Amino acid sequence: MHIGQSTPRKEGRGKVTGQARYVDDLALPGMLHGVTVRSPSPRGLIRDIRYGSGIPWDEVTIVTAADIPGDNVVSLINDDQPYLADGRVNHAEEPVVLLAHRDRSLLEEARRHVTIEIDPLPPVFTMDDSLEGRDVIWGTDNTFKRYLVSRGDVDAAFAVADSVVEGEYETGAQEQLYIEPNGMLSVARREDGVTVWGSMQCPYYIHKALERLFNLPSEMIRVIQMETGGGFGGKEEYPSIIAGHAALLAWKSGRPVKIIYDRAEDMVATTKRHPSRTRHRTAVTKDGRLLAMDIDFLIDGGAYSTLSSVVLSRGTIHAPGPYFCPNVRVRGRAVATSVPPHGAFRGFGAPQSLFALERHMDRVAHAIGLEPDELRRRNFIQTGQTSAVGQVMHDPIDMAGLLDRALALSDYHAKRARFAGSNAASSLKKGIGFAAFMHGAGFTGSGEDHLASVVTVEATAAGRVRVLTSCTEIGQGTNTVFSQIAADALGIDIDAIEIVQPDTASVPNSGPTVASRTCMVVGKLVESAALSLRTTLGGALGEVADFPGACRDYIRLFGPLRASSKYHATAGARWDDERYEGDAYGTYAWAVYVAEVTIDMTTCEVRVDDFVALQEVGRVINPVLAMGQIEGGVAQGIGWTLLEQVVWHDGRMANAQMTNYIMPTSMDLPPIRVFFEEKPYAHGPGGAKGIGELPMDGAAPAIANAVSHAAGVSVTQIPITPESLMALMEAAVA
Amino acid sequence: MPDSTVSVRCRVNGTDATLIGHPMTRLLDSLRSDLHLTGVKEGCGEGECGACSILLDGRLVNSCLIPLLHADGASIVTIEGVAQGERLHAVQAAFIAQGGAQCGICTPGMVLAAMSLLEQHPNPSDADIREGLAGNLCRCTGYVRIFEAVLDACRRSEMGPR
Repeated sequence: MHIGQSTPRKEGRGKVTGQARYVDDLALPGMLHGVTVRSPSPRGLIRDIRYGSGIPWDEVTIVTAADIPGDNVVSLINDDQPYLADGRVNHAEEPVVLLAHRDRSLLEEARRHVTIEIDPLPPVFTMDDSLEGRDVIWGTDNTFKRYLVSRGDVDAAFAVADSVVEGEYETGAQEQLYIEPNGMLSVARREDGVTVWGSMQCPYYIHKALERLFNLPSEMIRVIQMETGGGFGGKEEYPSIIAGHAALLAWKSGRPVKIIYDRAEDMVATTKRHPSRTRHRTAVTKDGRLLAMDIDFLIDGGAYSTLSSVVLSRGTIHAPGPYFCPNVRVRGRAVATSVPPHGAFRGFGAPQSLFALERHMDRVAHAIGLEPDELRRRNFIQTGQTSAVGQVMHDPIDMAGLLDRALALSDYHAKRARFAGSNAASSLKKGIGFAAFMHGAGFTGSGEDHLASVVTVEATAAGRVRVLTSCTEIGQGTNTVFSQIAADALGIDIDAIEIVQPDTASVPNSGPTVASRTCMVVGKLVESAALSLRTTLGGALGEVADFPGACRDYIRLFGPLRASSKYHATAGARWDDERYEGDAYGTYAWAVYVAEVTIDMTTCEVRVDDFVALQEVGRVINPVLAMGQIEGGVAQGIGWTLLEQVVWHDGRMANAQMTNYIMPTSMDLPPIRVFFEEKPYAHGPGGAKGIGELPMDGAAPAIANAVSHAAGVSVTQIPITPESLMALMEAAVA
Repeated sequence: MPDSTVSVRCRVNGTDATLIGHPMTRLLDSLRSDLHLTGVKEGCGEGECGACSILLDGRLVNSCLIPLLHADGASIVTIEGVAQGERLHAVQAAFIAQGGAQCGICTPGMVLAAMSLLEQHPNPSDADIREGLAGNLCRCTGYVRIFEAVLDACRRSEMGPR
């Protein structure tokens, strides 16, 4: 058996020896480099584009919107975002002109000599201004999407509540900060079609976008993933734009063109996590039962809609958290502002709404005089109960058990009591806090039905098995986990499994590599395709004792040996898009995270001293990889909570450098202690659930609760910078 | 040769090399473009992330901050020069075993940083490890598996020659 073992990373050798090939490591003969000239202004009409003197412009390939052979639209959900601004710009750094030349330094010089003149229009920089609607920058009312979850009678419940607790919570933008910046290489010729190689999560998103951009049939577009240096959502939708740009330059120049963003361009131009504001109004009884939750969840989508509607959906559904409440109203809205579009980032809306919820639960507990853990314990959703969107929770849930174990592992109660005594006389104040939460795996609602993912498994005459999917290895362990699943289903050694590099010319569409779906949803298809291949072999040849021999015999007698598996919804699962109601996710992973912090009262700096991450994730397929996912997600969460602040200036990121946008180093993180509860999930491969995004959800509220505990103030915003904490503590004293 | 270019002689991964370019060319670019040592990665271009780390005369440096001229007479080790043929260095083997590499983009620099750290602290404390790797950013791992890999490499080194 391979499942459950810490099988070493399949492509590990290439990565530790420097042999792994990323897009910037590719060079083709005659290749040009490409750059993007961007809008200097957040909003306005393009009056003129001037090409300054001193540049040999006849040597430079220049592409504008007028050169686009198909539709000037980045095909995703809505058709609102152009590949190149045509007549107007809607955010700073919007792509307007593309340039290519073989000499990179001349190209940089050329970029500086392009002047885009803009007649300004009034920009909208805040969600409140967007809601007010004095300037309409998108649609008729600046709103990309609205959702309303309504369960029970919320207003009646407030009328009879013993207590009503209100709160407002805000989270900031966050840069994904994969260490490999975005990049694409393209060859594009009228007679051969368009091929791109690059750093990406979703080959078929790019494929679809290029079809539309070039108005070419599907078979004339080919997208190949190179080794990809981290994604975290940042390489979900944006690579479609860079791929299109590289291909447009290649198409016009007749030469291969490579576009590699430098760090500053990647940070200033590509998507980030949606900033959010969540308002909670909660009705409780005096013995701590939740009577009603009234939640207003608002996210800033930036200038174009990209994935905001689905980010909003996940955030809205996760907003009431792991609790049962008979009366719930969640109003979700995603609004437009004049900043570069926000997009996918690990957690996809859930970290924002769960931060608000879990901070708020501590405040509800405080308001009615209960301990934070006791309030949670009285309200955790139980197996068989129904969620706010009407999902009956059939799979076993034991949040109280998780809470008890996490608090024991972190010595929570003893520390909470001890810190109360030691803090008074110390300039180092300590606190401990936790967050309880869940994360739904796979696409929301009917999403997986629409994707209808397909996986193919094929055997060679030598008995090697190739697994074909469009799911990308971006560091999370796809290659290894798929190999473990396939090897066990076939009963063969893992070294006989080959994971085919995603290339749309050879792999089926198994959907995007997002939403904690790769292992659980696509891994299940790998398992079923492998089982089906085994059945085919057995059916043709009887008992298979010698797998390579059987493959050889089968192929000789019957031809190619392959099997495919297509996604089908679990029997009984239903989701109603119209009513926004039903089985929102196939299943959920459940977790309780505990953070212990110290605040230096002289500098107002917060240090996390200890972090316990306990989760129930179904069966753990590969313990080392799974721990790596959790630790990495927690680290990103700690960064989002304490360090990572996007500074906006006129709708533009002002600190687009690693020097002043600070992510955690090895010096900034506590021991991250990871623990799993394993309850096999009936519909996951080997019993696994999705885990990729879960660890992004818990750090922020756990730390904010710990800081609030230590400082005796109520933290309502992240990032918690020394400046913001000082202001909060001074306001509390005043 | 135009006046603005220099010819720099150095040893790279044990082999003599001549690098030609503007004296202020980033050593990162010369190694990647002229010697095709693409294991040297660019993550930020400003000396923050450490993805372009190399050993220059035994010291861990960011090759994006080293002008080509500076490499004259130097002995350089990049990630390509760490394994001996098929045989991985203890640090490389430990990174695979302990899950120290995820997306792999920081890994070449991180492996060199770990080697440099172990050179200075053959039995490093937790604080030594954290400080020794502080110039190399990893966005995937939260560093925990990398710390484990460093400790594992120590154990492997004790068992035999590195």
